[in-house]
Amino acid sequence: MKLLPFLLLLSSPVWADLATSLDALRAVSKEGQGNEAATSAWSSVSQAKASDVTKLLAAMDGANPLAQNWIRAAVGVVEDREGKTLPVAEVATFLKDTKHSPEARALAFDLLQRHAPDEAAKLTPQLIEDPSADLRRHPVAKLIEEGEAALAKQDKDAAAKAFQQALNGARDEDQIKVLARQLRALGKTVDLPAHFGFLMNWKLIAPFNNSERKGFDEVFPPEQKLDFSATYPGKGKDAKWQDFTSTDEYGKIDFNKPFGMEKEVVGYAAAEFISKEARNAEIRMGCKNGWKVWLNGKLLFARDEYHRGAKLDQYRLPCQLQAGKNTLLVKCCQNEQKETWTVEWEFQLRICDATGTAIASAK
Amino acid sequence: MRFILSSTAILALTLSSVHADWLQFRGPDASAVSTEAKTPGDNLKVAWSVDLPGRGLSSPIIVGDKVFLTAASGPEQAILHMFCFNAADGKKVWERSLRATGRTMTQSKTCVAAPTPCSDGKRVFALYSSNDLFAFDLDGNLLWLRGLTYDYANASNSLGMAQSPMIVGGTLVVQSENDSESFTAGIDVNTGKNLWKMERPKAANWSSALALKDGVVALQSSKGITGVKAATGEVVWNYADGASTIPSSALGGGTIYAASNGITALMPENGAVSQLWRNEKLRPGTASPVVVGSDLFVINNAGVLLKADTKSGDDDSKFKLRLKGPFSGSPVAAGKRLYIVGERGTFQAIDTASPEGSILQEIELTNKDSKDLVLCTPAIAGGAVYARSDKKLWKVE
Repeated sequence: MKLLPFLLLLSSPVWADLATSLDALRAVSKEGQGNEAATSAWSSVSQAKASDVTKLLAAMDGANPLAQNWIRAAVGVVEDREGKTLPVAEVATFLKDTKHSPEARALAFDLLQRHAPDEAAKLTPQLIEDPSADLRRHPVAKLIEEGEAALAKQDKDAAAKAFQQALNGARDEDQIKVLARQLRALGKTVDLPAHFGFLMNWKLIAPFNNSERKGFDEVFPPEQKLDFSATYPGKGKDAKWQDFTSTDEYGKIDFNKPFGMEKEVVGYAAAEFISKEARNAEIRMGCKNGWKVWLNGKLLFARDEYHRGAKLDQYRLPCQLQAGKNTLLVKCCQNEQKETWTVEWEFQLRICDATGTAIASAK
Repeated sequence: MRFILSSTAILALTLSSVHADWLQFRGPDASAVSTEAKTPGDNLKVAWSVDLPGRGLSSPIIVGDKVFLTAASGPEQAILHMFCFNAADGKKVWERSLRATGRTMTQSKTCVAAPTPCSDGKRVFALYSSNDLFAFDLDGNLLWLRGLTYDYANASNSLGMAQSPMIVGGTLVVQSENDSESFTAGIDVNTGKNLWKMERPKAANWSSALALKDGVVALQSSKGITGVKAATGEVVWNYADGASTIPSSALGGGTIYAASNGITALMPENGAVSQLWRNEKLRPGTASPVVVGSDLFVINNAGVLLKADTKSGDDDSKFKLRLKGPFSGSPVAAGKRLYIVGERGTFQAIDTASPEGSILQEIELTNKDSKDLVLCTPAIAGGAVYARSDKKLWKVE
């Protein structure tokens, strides 16, 4: 929600002071900008009545994460003071309206859980396809319980049905792992790469030089032009493009497989992704090497941390897909370390929406 | 006149006791030594314990009659808690729960609530591994907040960060030292804005600063130790012979007992630093060293407590006390005693005055079969020792 409509919403005199104070909270930005005004405004917002709580929640719509935390803290104070008189029906209505921000709706659900648990329980099954990954966790957890209860009664069909429904809605790795294990134990097929949206097919080229980690900043030919027929002088050998398809169900793209366990080297991976439409998306990376990612020639992010660990969705890179062909280029740098835990030269990448729902390439 | 002086002395002593709270990681000046007249006595018992959510290894801090503690919960530890408990009975006074704006990934043993909060006696400042920084007054009112990874996108450590902030004058010194966008900042305690920001060595670092005289803080890193004026960020002196990135250094009588090449005693003076001695046999493990009177105590990787003379650096060959480790937290001191909790939950009160050292008392804080590890450094205030695990906060007195 943009600022102007938000002001219009709160345009009555009764809400004017509150609206002004909420505006001050929404205006905070990087490096403490707006903090002084927000400090004063927060005192006012935190004195809001319980009946105003959905106004506070609505102010989280479109706000940056810092502003959301300012408002979240104020909601906490209002809850402490007047939790027993929170307008439960209004909070439930707010929760049901998916136009509100996922973060605000998740907070609304938390309020319901604490102050109207029956209402929260009633609404839980409806959240299985919710835009908020946080909210989806609740019905998924409930379905996992139902599936396990069915298993305890030897009702495998009911269990499989519950687990499959849960998997369809699940977006968090911990729940997906449980569900994949349960479904496979019941003889069902689970396609994790498709569920997550990992890009499995790439063209790879290596090894370029990363001595003294200087290759991270050096611009090698693939950053200037993608010519898959080209051969370049590499580190100790020619660097040529070759096709690579991952067989790892977590989409790991392992440079060590085609190029050997090299050290102080740079590799590139390129892939095409066809989008049905121009749209917002997220590229989510997991990587324990130095890396850079470009989408359609634009650098999205660069990180020069080596061997401190990798995980699914370690980095979330908001981006704009264009309709039709999109080109992804990943630079993956291996450093000089020799310890056994530093052999990995790999990454995983998926494309999804902000909820974590996979976006499949149209081709 | 004598009466006036005596009254003044008594008043000073009283004020010292009243104000000698435990306001930051390792207490006064980050020395790990209590300055209170009242020390924990004999026959210590668990006075109370409270349940905690999620994960946490930060230390509690104590301001007057309040105990402040951080925790992080949720599947990604993205819910950042700040608790205030009543020191007398452990009852929760208030709690705030905000959301991480930075990365919450850590190695599995550590967690997001790893840095210890700090206070200037009027406000509390909570930092998390996600680089979220919150300032509250003592009643739980939010004063300002920052998202340091929101501000500086590569300031994070995939193993997790643990450096604890400290306040010197009106400056909150925050270290965010990592392999990528590594920095330390001086932040205005009133506004949360940067007073200064300096680049730091690009290397993961979990050690915390010491507070020296004249408003100088000693910042430790793999490169060494740097004296920096907290008010301005001006570098005053630099010791460049390397230092540990896990145990922090000790402080006693103005001397830094640096976790560097074993232990290296450094005297910062007149804008420079000089080396007094070095003992390469004194090798601290994860726990940081501590000075008690004229003695330096080091716990090595085998969980053995070693003692050395602070003037010469000579180790006392008789003093080798095996403790019940392993240890992730560090010892703290009051009077002639050290207090530490092993990872498996054994609270230990140690007599440092006896020739070989002795464990005066042990208290099992956790169930032997529990997987609830105690990874924190204790805090001392009001004659009590406080410690926490993921699941519990204890007051021992």
